[in-house]
Amino acid sequence: MTNALDAPDPHNAGISETRAERESYLRAGHTLRSWLLTTDHKRIAILYLISVTLFFFIGGAAAALIRADLVTPGGDLLTNEGYNRAFTIHGVIMVWFFLIPSIPTTFGNFLLPLMIGARDVAFPRLNLLSWYIFVIGGLITVYALIAGGVDTGWTFYTPLSSFFANGHVVLVAVAVFIAGFSSILTGLNFIVTVHKLRAPGMTWRHLPLFVWSHYATSLILVLATPVLAITLALIAAERLFGLGIFDPALGGDPLLFQHLFWFYSHPAVYIMVLPAMGVVSELVAASARKPVFGYAFVAGSSIAIAIIGFLVWGHHMFVAGQSMYASTVFSFLSLVVAVPSAIKVYNWTATLHKGRIALDPPFFFAASFIGLFVIGGLTGLALAMLAIDVHVHDTYFVVAHFHYIMVGGTVSAYFGALHYWWPKMIGRKYPLVWGRLSAAAIFFGFNLTFFPQFILGYLGMPRRYHVYDPPFQVLHVLSSAGASILAVAYLMPAFYLFYSLRYGDPAGRNPWGVTGLEWTVPSPPPKHNFMETPIVTELPYDYHVEREGEQ
Amino acid sequence: MNAMTVIRLVFVWFALMGLLVTTVGASFFLRGPASMAASTGIAFIKAALIYWFFMHLSEERGLPRLMAVGAVTWLAILIGLSFTDYATRGFGW
Repeated sequence: MTNALDAPDPHNAGISETRAERESYLRAGHTLRSWLLTTDHKRIAILYLISVTLFFFIGGAAAALIRADLVTPGGDLLTNEGYNRAFTIHGVIMVWFFLIPSIPTTFGNFLLPLMIGARDVAFPRLNLLSWYIFVIGGLITVYALIAGGVDTGWTFYTPLSSFFANGHVVLVAVAVFIAGFSSILTGLNFIVTVHKLRAPGMTWRHLPLFVWSHYATSLILVLATPVLAITLALIAAERLFGLGIFDPALGGDPLLFQHLFWFYSHPAVYIMVLPAMGVVSELVAASARKPVFGYAFVAGSSIAIAIIGFLVWGHHMFVAGQSMYASTVFSFLSLVVAVPSAIKVYNWTATLHKGRIALDPPFFFAASFIGLFVIGGLTGLALAMLAIDVHVHDTYFVVAHFHYIMVGGTVSAYFGALHYWWPKMIGRKYPLVWGRLSAAAIFFGFNLTFFPQFILGYLGMPRRYHVYDPPFQVLHVLSSAGASILAVAYLMPAFYLFYSLRYGDPAGRNPWGVTGLEWTVPSPPPKHNFMETPIVTELPYDYHVEREGEQ
Repeated sequence: MNAMTVIRLVFVWFALMGLLVTTVGASFFLRGPASMAASTGIAFIKAALIYWFFMHLSEERGLPRLMAVGAVTWLAILIGLSFTDYATRGFGW
């Protein structure tokens, strides 16, 4: 039996046909099939959220093994081979199956159409296909892990990967190759969506900074990922058919691998951190209830980072035999890329200045990001100096540096995004006090884990060793203690967010009282987002700012 | 697809085959840097033909052409900056 509300809406014929679809995307079908064959960007975002969370815990389990093994200087828990395999699987899973897809495929997928006033992404079926490709890549990696793993490190350096490694190198390379196509499809989808599906009035000047950063990220995904695919295919060709590409005995060059690999993998760092910067721009403006200071510069700096980020890859090869003249060029360019990053940090800080800051969980995570990213970024500048790099290259200093960017930065922003948009995605509020506690615990645990590693590296502790000089033990124990706190802190949100699914208060359209098109639709949004296409007239972050004398 | 389009595509295909024969022929007669220059030059012309006709760039304007130029530019960055290493490895002070 149907009633009037179940009948198709004549103004939106063919869009949301049932009342359930008009009420919430979560109610538009309850079967497994309705999820696995969905083309709704919001449901695909949830599929990705579940998948990347699973991979985060697998990568985290490998990290736990590594830190447990490093508590004693003798490497008492794992064999040498076992340790190599543990840090390789940690790197492969975390980089390709968590950090790179995390923010774009979950929050990007969910929010991009909502933020620009569209009903979906430009190619909804391609969007679902990208998830399936991602899952296939992930499953092959997990199979390789169960079948014995790989011991090359996530960087697959030749000639170790092409000739000497005994593990499932080709299998993991194939898995990463496949996952790369998922990235390319997501990038293409976002680029076309931003160009073609903006609502009337949503000019480039009106785009939220989250959209700008995802657009920049998509450009990198499309331009860089094919090079990774080619590089991995060349490893497979050399390993399987003995083609002389990287092997000097056959006329190849091992450094060629590093050139090709880092041409993708350094921009990949910006694939990880640019979406995080977009999240932080949103969180900072929302927390301070102020327009983002220097909007055009923050937006432009995303594009600048995307472009300059392609010109710096040689700083990974300063002591690998690269010409010192090339190293000088790459050192200079690496210092240049710090400028747009600094523009963002200064502008976020200026946005917070004199803001009415709401001390809610999203702000805690945004503030964590800014602090940790500054430390990670500044130590990156030190590493870009040719002479300093000779001293600390391949030590724990490097490990600490990139974890401050990727984990301190990107994972903080990921959790910030989760805490900010969870009420929109699910329609329920969570207990704020627990959010603040977990943000504080993550910040403390992270610093206790990774700050000692800067000192370890400076003192000469090399990365990828599990047997070390006993004087290093105190710092390693501190780091492992921090990792224990971090593990508990990362698990905390799982409990209270799940709790909120059932017991949380209804969130309403705009629980934070902020600007942005996504907050004008119900929480959770209806299947096709907007019952009527919105017309944008106001600039983003259009908060009323009290001036002197108005208080 | 009209008859003129088909004829044009067939001509382009013959041009590509001709260039392929030229590449193979050049490899018999040329050696060293000259061989490399000839192969790269012919490959560039072949890629341009494919871009322009088979990938319909001739029918597009503005943004799609900019994107296509962007892809080539990025390839130039990859090769160009890699050569800052290969071209200067043997240099001393």
